[in-house]
Amino acid sequence: MSPRIGVITFPGTLDDVDAARAVRYGGAQPVALWHADDDLHGVDAVVIPGGFSYGDYLRAGAIAAHQPVLRAVVDAAGRGMPVLGICNGFQILCEAGLLPGALMRNVGLHFVCRAQRLRVESTGTAWTSRYSPGAEIVVPLKSGEGRYVADAATLAQLADEGRVVFRYAGANPNGAVHDIAGIASPDGRVVGLMPHPEHAIDPLTGPSTDGLDVFRSAIDAVLPA
Amino acid sequence: MVLKPEILDPQGQAIARALPRLGFDGVHDVRQGKHFELDVADTIDDAELHRMAGELLANPVIEDWTVRRL
Repeated sequence: MSPRIGVITFPGTLDDVDAARAVRYGGAQPVALWHADDDLHGVDAVVIPGGFSYGDYLRAGAIAAHQPVLRAVVDAAGRGMPVLGICNGFQILCEAGLLPGALMRNVGLHFVCRAQRLRVESTGTAWTSRYSPGAEIVVPLKSGEGRYVADAATLAQLADEGRVVFRYAGANPNGAVHDIAGIASPDGRVVGLMPHPEHAIDPLTGPSTDGLDVFRSAIDAVLPA
Repeated sequence: MVLKPEILDPQGQAIARALPRLGFDGVHDVRQGKHFELDVADTIDDAELHRMAGELLANPVIEDWTVRRL
């Protein structure tokens, strides 16, 4: 039986349909999860997709981070369940305290929407094991608040522990510190990134199919050995 | 509520660049912040207001805040 990967929808989520499609392309069964759910319906992994949950009220991700389904995600992550936050999902994971740091308004204030080159810096996570270390991939980036920030101690810890998962290759699109596009939890099971691997799974609709291995990696991570 | 001093504030910088265009000279820096007005019961003390700020109203990673009673 193929693994079941939950995809959470909040009011204002936009990319849940594409995320579910990416899960399916990767070979798993997508399971729709709703913001008011207080359990995860027995899924093996969870994707928190992008969009503008709760209209970005207060701060991007701040309201979603306190909804019932996120409490269930935090509990599950504590038990090692793979969790991926994409764009607004990354902002939610930071607001919920599952990942350190914060995402802020882009330097230059412009919303950036483009096919973005990324370097895979860590293949030791549940979501990147299929990539070669240092691989360059191209996936869409579409965000106005994508500038990753963290204090110096946190940045040093992320670097020392190999928890910077993706960096922007070429010109930094948003002013993110150390070109950081994505990071992981200490156990490598929780990953957040601003760019959108779920939009890069089919040559018909994306700039590449480079994003597919994110979802295949997670399937590898949850299949019984 | 205002961004910590070490956090870059591009919106504040854009405001600082706009003011001279309106003829306001002598502004060296602008930091943009947020202001919340809470109508609360008398039983809510300052410590609880700070907890509200730290857990929801502000993001302690990037923002500092003060609490003032009116």
